[in-house]
Amino acid sequence: MLNKQYDVAKMNAQHESGRIFSSRRFHIDAPLFYALVLLSLVGLAILYSSSGQDMDSIVKQLVRLAAAFFAMLLIAQIPPHLIRYWAPLSFAIGLILLIFVLFFGETGKGAQRWLDLGFFRFQPSELMKLAVPLMIAWYLADRTLPPQFKHVIISTLMILIPTVLIAKQPDLGTALLICASGIFVLLFAGLSWRIICSVVVLAVPLAWAVWRFAMHEYQRNRVLTFLNPENDPLGSGYHIIQSKIAIGSGGIYGKGWLNGTQSHLEFLPESSTDFIFAVFSEEFGLIGTLFLLSLYLYIVYRGIYIATQAQHTFDRLLAGSLILTFFFYVFVNIGMVIGILPVVGLPLPLISYGGTSMVTLMLGFGILMSIQTHRKLLSK
Amino acid sequence: MMARILKMSWRHSLVLTLFCVVSVVLIWRAFDLQVLNNTFYKNKGASTHIRMASLPAHRGMIVDRHGEPLAISTPVDSVWVNPEKFSNEVEVVSVISDILDLDAQSLLQRIAARQNKKFVYIKRRINPDLASKLDQLAIPGLYLQREYQRFYPTGEVSAHLLGFTNIDDRGQEGVEFGYDDWLKGQSGRLRVLQNRRGQVVSNVERLSERQAGKSLSLSIDKRLQYLAYKELKAAVKHHNARSGSFIIIDVKTGEILAMVNQPAFNPNSRNKTMDGRYRNRAFTDVFEPGSTLKPIAIAAAVEQGYVTESTIINTSPGQFYVGRHLIKDMKNYGQINVENIIKKSSNVGVSKVALSMDKEILWQTLVDFGFGSLTGAEFPGEALGTVNDFYRWRRIDQATVSYGYGLSASLAQLARAYAAIANQGRIVPLSMLKATSEVESHQVISASTSRSVLNMMEQVVSAEGTAPLARIAGYRVAGKTGTVKKMDAGGYSSDHYLSLFAGIVPVNDPRLVGVVVVDDPRAGDYYGGIVAAPIFSKVMSVALRTMNIYPDDLLAVKSAKNTSEMNALMNTSSLGTL
Repeated sequence: MLNKQYDVAKMNAQHESGRIFSSRRFHIDAPLFYALVLLSLVGLAILYSSSGQDMDSIVKQLVRLAAAFFAMLLIAQIPPHLIRYWAPLSFAIGLILLIFVLFFGETGKGAQRWLDLGFFRFQPSELMKLAVPLMIAWYLADRTLPPQFKHVIISTLMILIPTVLIAKQPDLGTALLICASGIFVLLFAGLSWRIICSVVVLAVPLAWAVWRFAMHEYQRNRVLTFLNPENDPLGSGYHIIQSKIAIGSGGIYGKGWLNGTQSHLEFLPESSTDFIFAVFSEEFGLIGTLFLLSLYLYIVYRGIYIATQAQHTFDRLLAGSLILTFFFYVFVNIGMVIGILPVVGLPLPLISYGGTSMVTLMLGFGILMSIQTHRKLLSK
Repeated sequence: MMARILKMSWRHSLVLTLFCVVSVVLIWRAFDLQVLNNTFYKNKGASTHIRMASLPAHRGMIVDRHGEPLAISTPVDSVWVNPEKFSNEVEVVSVISDILDLDAQSLLQRIAARQNKKFVYIKRRINPDLASKLDQLAIPGLYLQREYQRFYPTGEVSAHLLGFTNIDDRGQEGVEFGYDDWLKGQSGRLRVLQNRRGQVVSNVERLSERQAGKSLSLSIDKRLQYLAYKELKAAVKHHNARSGSFIIIDVKTGEILAMVNQPAFNPNSRNKTMDGRYRNRAFTDVFEPGSTLKPIAIAAAVEQGYVTESTIINTSPGQFYVGRHLIKDMKNYGQINVENIIKKSSNVGVSKVALSMDKEILWQTLVDFGFGSLTGAEFPGEALGTVNDFYRWRRIDQATVSYGYGLSASLAQLARAYAAIANQGRIVPLSMLKATSEVESHQVISASTSRSVLNMMEQVVSAEGTAPLARIAGYRVAGKTGTVKKMDAGGYSSDHYLSLFAGIVPVNDPRLVGVVVVDDPRAGDYYGGIVAAPIFSKVMSVALRTMNIYPDDLLAVKSAKNTSEMNALMNTSSLGTL
């Protein structure tokens, strides 16, 4: 069964070899595309408010969005088997760059994340956001499913190495995200109950060990602050308290667009980047919050649909992992802003001001679109 | 195959459940914050960005009895910067320092040293002209703040009486302090939105209008105040005295018409520390009144019928012992009547009169004349002075109190007691405010006693009295000198004196009391009749004319030989110099 599928994939690859883009049609998944455009528009609107009606920021964000959408559509034209083909190489390059960044990286905001390539600055961890799920999916797609214990161990190693490297930079948010995206592939590949249970059992002492030995002081503070923000209202708890005030004071209908006080009076820090959700909630209230969540859930729903419709194991594993990672992104950011998760520096996808992670994210959606649009209707 | 599909669907349902749970958690949390705890967070937010601001109110004016301004508030601007927003560079700072006449270098350093602060005053209370110049430059991070500055047109002249306000426009001394609530007005209250840096972003609503302070009419006559100031200052300088005070009061109303002290200070620029100069000595300092108390003791004796003005007292040989204590006169006056005791200021004579009296009566009279109690002027920090209880008096205390030792009083208290003698024996409370209604008074000695004591006191300024220098052409003057040995560490000093003169004019229908004290004249003269009496005469002669009080010394008026002399007598041209 499996071999047969593999052969089909091979055949497809042969069939389209020599041509990256299929000329037959333009590959785009309309529902996903429109939802993403709508989300981007909402993001621009709220950025206009949070930046203090600064057209400069809007234009910059618009340029980034255009680039990201372009990248997404570009990837969507590449058939999944080619993407699969490049998976091990991109993982290897990413890993090398990560090691490189550890020694020669540029320091920004106290963390070594950037690699200066002369003409542009680049975060290898961004590449890993895609390379890790690609690699795990590539690795497991050729094995028997559910994976054998040996394969699980190897996969786990392939997840943990980049995770640890990124956590060392230190960039806890991205490390967590990449670890999660790899684990999601494993989960979709079919982890046995025994492994899930033993991981949960192991997690407790592991968490303690991470807390004790691997975490930086500021990371520990974030967790402590999360547990009790009122402990340090002027220091590290300030973010959470201010964002809770902003959201809470929004009420059901919100204070209206451009009328949020907490953000405009500069009480809310990072109001255009990580904490932009608080600005949104303050100005549009519970109604707006529900709308935004619905939009995100629709995108996730569409992603899951694409994953279930995928014809190849690799595609299914990758699509599932990508969309789950996206959801993880949204959940961690909103959870942080709303005060149910610790402050981890993750932006709100497509809404927060900033570029690099947006491009990566859209590349992920490009892969999803590619998977969806390159299905062979005949094989159904 | 089948098994895998089942497994996948099991996994899918697990993932779907996870989605649902997570979404529900997020939505529940949003609901919790935005609906259930909405009010709590609304208030919490409001408490950080809604502030009450105040609009400073104009402080009330202080005017003299004729409406002449003594203290006025003028709008000024204070300049401050927020170092976070201010670019502390030489070009910017030098522009500011040029306008404000500051040293650019030290200003640079001052701001640099406070780089992490949000509010640094550059200069307070600058002229509105300069402020508008700065305003036009629109330097980022530089702000102006409207304030009111107190200006005292009379400067040193009324400094002690008026006191002053601090940099925040609150009264610190004198009338400014005592009547602060009346003068200060009500700042307007404003609800404003402020950002995290504390800058006011916009006004939300005006809660209360500001109300300017009410103006205050003092009893002071600015012209007399100037006059008293000028003469006292000259005399204190001339006699190389430590300090001096002068007070003029209206005997019928108790209004203080003038009150000056030396040394004085300039309330418009108190840049040096000179705390000792801020005291309104006429109210806050007490001293032993010495011989100026004799008329009171005699009044008590006359009132109670112990003596009359013609009762003969033997003061030979100019000294006598009370127990082991010796009471001395300047010389042996022999057999003299009570009038001459006052005229010559005989300690022996007044002591013998006092010792003949019931000590409680003497004590009661002193108390009735206001010694040991507040004058009613309600001046901040007014001294009470001390009158010891009569039952503790030994005989020597009973004797010395009659010539003003063994009790203490302020100059204001002494003036008030003299006003009672002048006002037909009726004592009135002193007042710094212009009298608007009938003043409450009560009789302490009969009108006839007061008349009798006045007549005795008139002899003091006669050629044979102790203070002929207190005389005023055209007016009858009654008064009493005092030359008080100052207390120092070892008892009474032999070379430090207080020179006093307390006088009443015009005797015919007394209107004014003037009391002057010169503390420790060190230029040779120290007798009250020599040092203090001329000041009284100079000031009161002009004061009488200023107040249009008709001359009562008809003999002098009649004997004026010609018109020019008459003119000199009635001359009010000296007012032109005021």
